[in-house]
Amino acid sequence: MRLVRRTKAPATLHRGFVTPEGVDLRLELGGAGTRAAAFLIDLGAMLIVLILATIALAYIDRSTGADIAKILWLIGAFLLRNGWFVLFEMGGRGATPGKRLMGLRVVARDGARLTAGAVLARNAMREIEVFLPLSFLGAQAAAGTADAFLTIFALLWTGIFLFFPLFNRDRLRVGDLVAGTWVVQTAIRALAIDLGTATERPRAMFPEAALALYGVYELQTLEDVLRGGDPVAIGAVAATIRRKADLPDHGDDAAFLADYYTALCARLESGLLVGRHRRDKFAG
Amino acid sequence: MTASAGLAPPLLNASRFRAAHAAEWERLEGLLTRIEKRSVRVLSDDDLLALPLLYRAALSSLSVARETSLDRALVAYLEQLCARAYFQVYGVSDSAWRDLARFFARGWPSAVASLWRETLVMAFLTLVGTIAAYALVRSDPSWFFGIIPEGLAGGRDPSASAAMLRDTLYSTKQDGLGVFASFLFGHNAQIAIFAFALGFAFVVPTALLVVYNGLTLGAMIAVFADKGLGPNFLAWLAIHGTTEMFAIMIAGAAGMRIGTAIAFPGQQERMAAVVAAGRTAAIAIAGVVLMLAVAAILEGVGRQVVTSDVARLAIGGAMLAAWLVYYYGIGRRHAPGSPH
Repeated sequence: MRLVRRTKAPATLHRGFVTPEGVDLRLELGGAGTRAAAFLIDLGAMLIVLILATIALAYIDRSTGADIAKILWLIGAFLLRNGWFVLFEMGGRGATPGKRLMGLRVVARDGARLTAGAVLARNAMREIEVFLPLSFLGAQAAAGTADAFLTIFALLWTGIFLFFPLFNRDRLRVGDLVAGTWVVQTAIRALAIDLGTATERPRAMFPEAALALYGVYELQTLEDVLRGGDPVAIGAVAATIRRKADLPDHGDDAAFLADYYTALCARLESGLLVGRHRRDKFAG
Repeated sequence: MTASAGLAPPLLNASRFRAAHAAEWERLEGLLTRIEKRSVRVLSDDDLLALPLLYRAALSSLSVARETSLDRALVAYLEQLCARAYFQVYGVSDSAWRDLARFFARGWPSAVASLWRETLVMAFLTLVGTIAAYALVRSDPSWFFGIIPEGLAGGRDPSASAAMLRDTLYSTKQDGLGVFASFLFGHNAQIAIFAFALGFAFVVPTALLVVYNGLTLGAMIAVFADKGLGPNFLAWLAIHGTTEMFAIMIAGAAGMRIGTAIAFPGQQERMAAVVAAGRTAAIAIAGVVLMLAVAAILEGVGRQVVTSDVARLAIGGAMLAAWLVYYYGIGRRHAPGSPH
């Protein structure tokens, strides 16, 4: 299969995702651990629903004495097992409660709308990935006929499908493969404060040589340090910059770094305007 | 430090950019938060019209920010904002009811119709299984126990008397039948879903499942035919059997579509072929589950009420005709060409 072929795997889980307007959104794929956690949360929730419904129906059964409660339970159990994932993923959020808690979302790989066919396919495949070997093993164990060979076979089967996402670079389940979907991480991020206008006080100016030291990579590392707000890191970075640029120490490392950031950012931005993108300090 | 304090601070492009567009982004973010909490229906008409415009504005902001801004937090914010907006603008269906209507009017019948080749193969496999089991059990009744597990036979085996067999066909005992029919529905539907999913393993398990289904049918026919009850049994079976057996054949066909797409992708790329096959087959499986629900109702209710052979055959035949018209009359008109 094409996606399973060993190609040079990118280090990150970011993938290009070009909208019809031609902008690459660079989505981040859901990690294997996150997805496993989401699945376990869903299983737990399904189990709770099943137990509550069973208690309620047993109560109804006792008070009516008719078959209706048993019929409702059988059909309800079928709908719960097969409908939970399908109905939630077909909804506007494209996510089951477990996925939603973990910030995941099912998306069609081609960028088109997530169709009912895709959702049905990815979840029907779950039957052979997880439920078939487990129920098979359970039935055999209940009948007392589960020998070592069968157990090993069932575990091996489950293992192959369970760890399938780890063996391809897009973290696809067999269901994702067949349905043409993948699961992406959806972060909700607030707009962080603007470091450039964060202070009202007068700013320090820096000599040209001090600003020529660094490129974009260092600027953005500095941004992380400033947003992180860790005084130890700020002190260390401020000391390094002063030493390299041969600047005197007036105390107040945070203010010094904020000013230096603004000045460096302005310089690099003006470079961008004339098409000069200085990647890092090693670039010319 | 050559600190000449008091000079105007350098104004960053990123800051100017934020000041110019932040209001748009915040409005979009507010709309998205409301949609994500509830649904798209909470938006007023004005907001609904503004959503795609705000989305495109945010996209163009993202493009500009990537080219001119070095503020990584700003780019990250715009990326997640655009992704969230994209899913709401493009990812969500307009109306669940319209989707459902489309499924019944086109999606389901055309998916089944496009599987006609595979369905024929599965019908052939069922027939082979039926004839083989029939011939085997007629020549040596002990074969019966090799084919059908004892629990499923329920006493309807070669050792049963003709009177007892006749009784199983026409008795109308009510107790527990509704429960049994719903159990059978759940069981059969789960098997149908397996037949679809197992197609992934190069069709072999799916084909075996369908052949075995034919074998049990043939063995049962043989037992009843042996006592001269063959036509009566067929009538008993027909009332729900035409729907149920047809459903199982379609489930097998859906599995076969996936397996063959993996093995023989044809002109398409293998992944594209598998995805196309998977989505069509999954729609057909949803239809199969509905067919099995109909079969369960026919079995639980129809068979109790209708005990005349002719009426049972007529209902079974009418159901089969209805399915055929629905799939190959209506569905065929919308069916895209088979990819093979």
